Amino acid sequence: MQGQSPKADGDLSAFVERQPVGIARLSLVQRLKELLGGGQLQAALLFLPPALLLFTLFVTLPVIEAAYYSFFNWNGYGAPSKVIGLENYQRVLQDPIFYGSLLNNLWVILVSAFIQVPLALWMALLISDKTRSSVVFRAIFFLPYILGEIVAGLIWRYMYDGNYGVVALIFHALGQEPPQVLATEGWAEAALLLVVIWKYFGFHMALFVAGRQSVPDDVLESAQIDGATRRQSTFYIVLPLMKPVVILSLFFSILGSLQFFAMIIPLTDGGPSNSTHSAVSYLYTFGIKRMRVGYGSAVGVTLFVICVVVMLLYKRLFMRQKATR
Amino acid sequence: MASTSTRRPGLFIYYRWLLLLLVAGLCLLPLWATVIGGFKSSGELRTNALGLPHQWLVDNYISIATSARFWQMLGNSAFISGVTVFFTLLLSSMAAYVLAHLRFAGIRWLGNYLALGLTFPFATAVLPVFIRVRDLGLLDTYWGVILPQVAFNLGFSVVILQGFFAELPKELFEAAFVDGCSYTRIFWQITLPLSRPVLATVGVLSLVGSWNEFLLPLVMINDDSLYPWPLGIMQYQGQYGTDWGKVLAFVTLTLAPALIFYLMAQKHIIAGLTSGAVKG
Repeated sequence: MQGQSPKADGDLSAFVERQPVGIARLSLVQRLKELLGGGQLQAALLFLPPALLLFTLFVTLPVIEAAYYSFFNWNGYGAPSKVIGLENYQRVLQDPIFYGSLLNNLWVILVSAFIQVPLALWMALLISDKTRSSVVFRAIFFLPYILGEIVAGLIWRYMYDGNYGVVALIFHALGQEPPQVLATEGWAEAALLLVVIWKYFGFHMALFVAGRQSVPDDVLESAQIDGATRRQSTFYIVLPLMKPVVILSLFFSILGSLQFFAMIIPLTDGGPSNSTHSAVSYLYTFGIKRMRVGYGSAVGVTLFVICVVVMLLYKRLFMRQKATR
Repeated sequence: MASTSTRRPGLFIYYRWLLLLLVAGLCLLPLWATVIGGFKSSGELRTNALGLPHQWLVDNYISIATSARFWQMLGNSAFISGVTVFFTLLLSSMAAYVLAHLRFAGIRWLGNYLALGLTFPFATAVLPVFIRVRDLGLLDTYWGVILPQVAFNLGFSVVILQGFFAELPKELFEAAFVDGCSYTRIFWQITLPLSRPVLATVGVLSLVGSWNEFLLPLVMINDDSLYPWPLGIMQYQGQYGTDWGKVLAFVTLTLAPALIFYLMAQKHIIAGLTSGAVKG
């Protein structure tokens, strides 16, 4: 494929090592000369600051400020003055709704790992060749991924509507009274998870297709000559070689789950009785919406810590082998 | 040559097609129901969710497509995402160039610093970002959305671009350098033109992200004449509730730009989003 960077497919190295490659390895004197003469310093002084400034202003400082604000009871107006220490954190960590929302995030990850990823892998193995039908199927499966989360949420809100949508149709066909899916605890969560699968499995499929295409053909051919069946080739050659892509794919599931938000708003808005919040929608509903800057910041910091710990742990446990390569 | 895939051709092909058609059907069903739903009356939506409408109503589509509000919010989205993509590409390629090619003490540290942006979701810092944007007087402006968006895009885009720049052939730069080309000029005249595919990747990633972004404009923009389409559509839905014919027509019309873009550049989008994801 043309639009890809040189060593894209299934390559995790971007996560692990990034080594700046100098234009030329020169002696110290030469390098000093080059630094002043060739405009290295000039280039650096011109090119780096805009990115660094913007990043510091809107990413780094806000994280630090969130940590600071989280010790205050502050509605965002005037200067923060009412120090309440760790009380915000105490309230976050004692709120069952917060744990419920984290549990929902965990559900997203579990459903992704045990339903979405296997489904995506299965489909990818069927359509990773270059035939026309495969290209068309790939395009169809990927389509929901490019839609906005808001639109996906609205479409499915209609689908689930007990009076109108397709779910109602199915229940009527079975001669049953359709439930108000999104207003029933338990059902609403399951409904949300189904939309997650629908929207994101195509993305995982595309990752797997790229991974499958990078399995060298000669290995499979020689296995075939040795009399391996399709099933054997799949289970003993293709899948083991695709393990890094599966690990990467799950990494994105976790990342996606921790950012899961916009789809919830049109679907359930966190209800019924706050049972379908994700961590971010909890943050939005109980921090941002009510302008409780201190409390929202405490939630943000807690979420930040969870993210960093989970990511580092996952990388260390599963994505390590690459670093030694 | 007797290959394994053709050993039992009949069975495998049936199973493959059956399965693929089933999954494709499930993928497309909600979209079909939406597009077709916009043509139906409320009464018909109750009884006939999936079939073709008995009576094609075009009022919903026409009244939305001819309203100034609709085009205004698409315009808002187009402006915000266009400018976001431009500045993401500009700032991140400049930074990535320095990080990939030049050697200074501490330059690796700077690269790692920008990559930090990859480890946590924007939402965790959204309240302080809101306060910053407010203090800068940028609430209710396009820039209040654009600047934080660009800043949060820098992490992944610098990582992707830096990886690509580092692998460009050194000889090119040496030759240009010997010919007296400065580092700044090498960037504009050699590196950037050679990097079109990866710039497209980063561009697609930030375009799709920005076009669909909800949380940031939700927090930063109050004035509904500045609403990008995800906010506009929620407002519309709030107004018409379960008058689904209207809402579905609205949804369909906002889907249209994304679908057209997808059909035109499908290959690049899939490659861009996945390779970009793999890289970043």
